Amino acid sequence: MRIIVCIKQVPDTAEVRINPETNTLIRDGVPSIINPYDTHAIEAGLQIREKTGGTVTVVTMGPPQAENALREAISMGADGAALLTDRAFAGSDTWATAYTLAKAIEHIGADIILCGKQAIDGDTAQVGPEIAEFLDIPHVAYVRKIDDITDSTIVVQRLMDDGYDVVESSLPVLLTVVRELNVPRLPSLKGKMAAKKAVIRRLGAADIKAEEESLGLNGSPTQVRNIFAPKVKKDRKMLEGTAEEQVESLIRELAGLKCL
Amino acid sequence: MFIKVNRDKCSGCESCIQSCPFDAIVMQDDKAEITENCQLCRACLSVCPEGAIYEIEEASDKKEKGQGSGVWIYAEQREGVIAGVSFELLGIGKKLADKLGTEVSAVLFGATEEEAQELIKWGADRVYHCADALVSAFNDEPYAGLLSDLIERYKPEIVLAGATPIGRSFIPRVAARLKTGLTADCTSLEIDEAAKNLIQIRPAFGGNIMAAILCPHTRPQMATVRPRVMKRGVYDESGLGEIIAVKADKVRSRTKVLEIVKEVSDISVNLQEANIIVAGGRGTGGEKGFKLLHELAGALGASLGASRAAVDEGWIPYSHQVGQTGKTVGPKIYIACGISGAVQHIVGMQSSDIIIAINKNPEAPIFNIATYGIVGDLFEIVPMLTRKIKEAKGI
Ligand SMILES: Cc1cc2nc3c(=O)[nH]c(=O)nc-3n(C[C@H](O)[C@H](O)[C@H](O)COP(=O)(O)OP(=O)(O)OC[C@H]3O[C@@H](n4cnc5c(N)ncnc54)[C@H](O)[C@@H]3O)c2cc1C
Ligand SMILES: Nc1ncnc2c1ncn2[C@@H]1O[C@H](COP(=O)(O)O)[C@@H](O)[C@H]1O
Repeated sequence: MRIIVCIKQVPDTAEVRINPETNTLIRDGVPSIINPYDTHAIEAGLQIREKTGGTVTVVTMGPPQAENALREAISMGADGAALLTDRAFAGSDTWATAYTLAKAIEHIGADIILCGKQAIDGDTAQVGPEIAEFLDIPHVAYVRKIDDITDSTIVVQRLMDDGYDVVESSLPVLLTVVRELNVPRLPSLKGKMAAKKAVIRRLGAADIKAEEESLGLNGSPTQVRNIFAPKVKKDRKMLEGTAEEQVESLIRELAGLKCL
Repeated sequence: MFIKVNRDKCSGCESCIQSCPFDAIVMQDDKAEITENCQLCRACLSVCPEGAIYEIEEASDKKEKGQGSGVWIYAEQREGVIAGVSFELLGIGKKLADKLGTEVSAVLFGATEEEAQELIKWGADRVYHCADALVSAFNDEPYAGLLSDLIERYKPEIVLAGATPIGRSFIPRVAARLKTGLTADCTSLEIDEAAKNLIQIRPAFGGNIMAAILCPHTRPQMATVRPRVMKRGVYDESGLGEIIAVKADKVRSRTKVLEIVKEVSDISVNLQEANIIVAGGRGTGGEKGFKLLHELAGALGASLGASRAAVDEGWIPYSHQVGQTGKTVGPKIYIACGISGAVQHIVGMQSSDIIIAINKNPEAPIFNIATYGIVGDLFEIVPMLTRKIKEAKGI
């Protein structure tokens, strides 16, 4: 089984704060991490390999420093890694990102492609299903359990708002995974050694035979017009007096609004 | 368009590096350089004290817009019942259509003609309805294929869908196939009157920042919209519109739904439909505090919500979590008890009509958005409130 896991290096958004005066992010000392959902995708890839045999290749599109994320994945047990990096990829939105990753996946070859449900910087959850469309293969999103897998089919549980669907798909297939799927393993000592020595394949636009007009900014239908701090409405009314007085005036207000 | 640094002007102060949300600026030979991470958000332009960062337009920016007119909404159904978000989409869809001087249509796969009529009463001028058994249950490939075909045939300028598990799974395939932009999980939509573009506003970075996104050169402009954020339109029993029957003849599917398993606790459904929500945070201190909230909720006929801190502590199940990574709710009254008001919590409840905050810290940010703020210890306030509400209601 040829397994490819798409991972993204992201700032740890739990640590990101915004400066309300300048409307910009304060990322002082904010660490870069593997997108948390993608660590579950890596774990799923490793578990599938343990069952069916084969190889797990991790792929990321990003700047040269994204190599760190790939090495971390190798330390968890991935067999190989490819870094898609090229000036031509700059300014990619989800459409162009998915196009580029699909081209790379075609180039490398895969039977199962695993993505995280979403990346925590953009929270779009679009890249996975878009890759599947570009590759003209089926996909299942929000996979919370893999029930069964053979050489030609897979049965998974897809998390929905009101429960889950049991879905069967032919291979090749793309899955996007949620946290409930598994607990990602920690890097092993052997893995860490392998990660240090691993040669990371670098692929540019020409290597993956991508059409220039579909890449980066030119290939991106959407543009960020601007970013700003979340607005909070300010129509507050602080109630006054002792606890009892505050509670009483609240009840009066609510009764006045016919809320009780 | 590209962002560039004028190396002669750059003083190497690194303030742009701090300002970049995408980690796209690095120092090279003591000068700032924009890397391929750049998303063109322009945040760096205004912070550079030397004015050394600038944007350049490229000739290829002036691409032709595709054609199209009309606003479409994808009306989601599950087991024949139309999801609430569909009516919200009709509400915002109609507003956008009015601004553009055009009509709003709904697309419905599965369900009956009666349900299609419902969409018309909620404001749709037209419903494209496919009643074929092939599409009665959700399946990505047939849904994506059929919707793409309809869009190619009728050419709407805007297509909206719910940011639900269904919408967020198959709509990206449609956008990929049509080579057009898709903005995920929008919380606000506006029309740029001059260029007639749809301005799509959404939270990013876990709700720490908002981004306004455009799809200037391709049509349709597509967005998924977060449930419970937009207001429903008006229901008009005598509303008129046409239903256009659609066939599902060309669709194929390589996935098959073997079983649909319902696992809902009553609460999680309840929470999003609730008129009143009593929510607890870390300040409840655990089960003892939540017991008080239970009693208050009982007196008000309210549902129970929680902050992530309370969920992480294991005091209440995840299905009660409100916020960026939990549920978005919009009740008439939201009572936040011992919740500080982190932006990730606020994005999930700020559209509530009345927000009541009970917190012992007068500086807590929750008070900034509260309609009524009570500064005090919830262990004193909540039981008192419960008692007085019971008195007021005569129970
Ligand atoms: C990517 C990301 C996603 C997130 N998603 C969510 C989400 O979906 N939902 C969510 O809620 N959070 C979310 N968070 C977490 C969020 O940032 C906050 O950490 C969380 O909301 C804090 O919960 P809290 O207000 O209950 O706790 P705290 O911030 O600890 O606040 C407790 C409050 O209780 C008050 N208090 C204490 N004792 C009493 C008392 N006896 N009486 C009255 N008041 C008292 C204190 O003054 C304080 O204001 C997310 C964070 C990240 C990074
Ligand atoms: N630049 C990237 N490189 C590799 N994988 C990515 C990239 N961007 C997104 N992905 C994959 O797509 C998933 C969804 O990302 P998103 O659509 O950005 O929320 C992620 O969890 C990754 O698996």
